[in-house]
Amino acid sequence: MAQLTCTNLTLRYGENVLVRGLSFEINAGDYLCIVGENGSGKSTLVRTLLHLQAPAEGKIETGDGLRTNEIGYLPQQTLVQRDFPASVREIVLSGCQSRMGFRPFYNKEEKALANENMAKMDITHLADRCYRELSGGQQQRVLLARALCATRKLLFLDEPVSGLDPKATAEMYELIERLNRKEHITIIMVSHDIHAALRYASHILHIEENVFFGTKYDYIKSPVGRYFMKLHHGKMDIRNGKTDKDKDADLKKVPAVSTNMVKGGE
Amino acid sequence: MGFFETLASYLAFPFVRYALIVGVLTALCSSLLGVTLVLKRFSFIGDGLSHVAFGAIAIASVLGLSNEMLFVLPATVVCAVLLLRTGNSTKIKGDAAIAMISVGALAVGYLLMHLFSTSTNLSGDVCSTLFGSTSILTLTIGEVILCVLLSITVICVFIAFYHKIFAVTFDENFAMAVGINVGGYNLMIAVIIAVIIVLAMNLVGSLLISALVIFPALSAMRVFKSFFSVTVCSAVLSVVCTLVGMIVSIVGGTPVGSTIVAVDIAAFLIFAVIGRVRGE
Repeated sequence: MAQLTCTNLTLRYGENVLVRGLSFEINAGDYLCIVGENGSGKSTLVRTLLHLQAPAEGKIETGDGLRTNEIGYLPQQTLVQRDFPASVREIVLSGCQSRMGFRPFYNKEEKALANENMAKMDITHLADRCYRELSGGQQQRVLLARALCATRKLLFLDEPVSGLDPKATAEMYELIERLNRKEHITIIMVSHDIHAALRYASHILHIEENVFFGTKYDYIKSPVGRYFMKLHHGKMDIRNGKTDKDKDADLKKVPAVSTNMVKGGE
Repeated sequence: MGFFETLASYLAFPFVRYALIVGVLTALCSSLLGVTLVLKRFSFIGDGLSHVAFGAIAIASVLGLSNEMLFVLPATVVCAVLLLRTGNSTKIKGDAAIAMISVGALAVGYLLMHLFSTSTNLSGDVCSTLFGSTSILTLTIGEVILCVLLSITVICVFIAFYHKIFAVTFDENFAMAVGINVGGYNLMIAVIIAVIIVLAMNLVGSLLISALVIFPALSAMRVFKSFFSVTVCSAVLSVVCTLVGMIVSIVGGTPVGSTIVAVDIAAFLIFAVIGRVRGE
């Protein structure tokens, strides 16, 4: 069974219906990128998947041994956090909250888990530093370590690279890819960055009036994918060797198609 | 007589000892949630609630209740819950609702006291409720016991939920996503604020309570970098400032509340300078 199955979801923001009849499923080890224009309902979808708000219609089921509190979440940064006096260790530890119930203090196991995840994110040397003094990239790694304390299975990332410089962005993507490949953590990422989505993701969910869901190979060939890439001057930047040869062969044909589309559109 | 002899002679009175006990406990409680309030942008809720407490005291004294706290405490808690709710409603935005309730309570409170008061010294009563000029020195043993019990409850609840309060303050969305009952904890925080405010009314009066809550936290945040050290520092700082303020006011005959706040301000300036020097 899939880790997360959505059937016939309707998303609403206030009175406006953003998306109707959205169905998709995510299996263990998938890397899903959710793309779409601003206001298309990406954030609403994430909030719904996280059970922060109820879907207007339809249902969300978890399966494959995934419990609803085993989801890690990397939210966008909030204003409060900018001047929050907290050490890195305190923040990473707070990711263990979901497994604590009403027990008031962290036990050894949870402290060890926090240390392990700080090591994974390469922030052990920052453990006693103040969060607000870190660079943007370091802050994101702290929040990622916290999310890892909450899950071993599924991570939600909401615009994980927004506001980061190119180097930190690349490092962030590499880290996320490593978690996906080596730790087999399912990734669900909301992104503006169609290039990165095509480069790293295995599946794409494109939200607009005509919703697209499928592998990125199907996406590139779909009308909505072509159109969207044209808007973003998308180049085909897909890494070879990740998939079977047929699909790679398909990909090599795509740039030509895409250029034709651009010309045809003009 | 020297300073210490004067002090010793005052300490011989039981009401001075009560005042010091209540003062220290109140200062400790009020500083604990200061960091959370400042960071959650709840500072004004504290201020609004203190005005509500003033209104409630007016009503209690008009009704001739013997122990005002028993009425003021539930009334303030109810208002705290209501204010937190309006934060989410769309009709009246949070800050407007707070302004409305706090000013309304202040006006109605004074009006009631004026219309129904049996006291010959009305302005003295009002001044005492607003600035707490002497009420800390006129506590009955019942009020002291109630104060001590409430303070101990607040401290225990804070310690038991310390990590949850941290998680909810730092990142509500993440906390919600991992299954923490954020609404419940926000409600708990609001109720604790209400209790603290009622406790602190005796010490500094309703107009100056916010200072007791906010100054120690802001001072500690200038210098310390982790949530734990900020919390500990603001608790220690608050107790020290309150003790210094109370002793100065008892020996020097100045008003208790405003002396304590003056000491808090001085401490804030010192910490701000230390923070600035360290930062460079």
